[in-house]
Amino acid sequence: MAVNWIKDIDSGLNKAKTEHKPVLVDFSAAPA
Amino acid sequence: MPVGVHIKENPAGFHRFDSAWTPSVIILDENGKERHRIEGYLPKDEFAAQLLMGLARVAFMAKKWAEAEMLYNQVTQGYPNSTAAPEAIYWAGVSKYRKTNDHHALGEVPKLLQQKYPDSVWAKKAIPWA
Repeated sequence: MAVNWIKDIDSGLNKAKTEHKPVLVDFSAAPA
Repeated sequence: MPVGVHIKENPAGFHRFDSAWTPSVIILDENGKERHRIEGYLPKDEFAAQLLMGLARVAFMAKKWAEAEMLYNQVTQGYPNSTAAPEAIYWAGVSKYRKTNDHHALGEVPKLLQQKYPDSVWAKKAIPWA
């Protein structure tokens, strides 16, 4: 199943607040 | 809500959460408060167990005791060989106690930990409840 990653932290936080969902933030330095 | 941040593209986002190493995964509640952090690579099962621990912590801190207990039990049942399993037993007991206010819920915890994970620090932490 593909994950639709949100790239902008604040967008993710706002969406989480609206939808009452927790947030998973994945910090990576791996090459794309 | 999955948020993916590449630290070279968004170093400010990395530092905003006082992150010091990659890979790092942070689990926040719906208000953006950090509830769990995973630093460094983990094998698949350990990682899955840690994600559940994070979700359980979110529920626990929201005082959703039944949901927290269920998620902690998912860790011990789904990933009994993970390093998170003994901690999950501990917190499942606490969640059950908070849900029921019945101290017997805590009394079961040291027995279970001594039986399954006697060398874990969580077995030691549960000693006062025996």
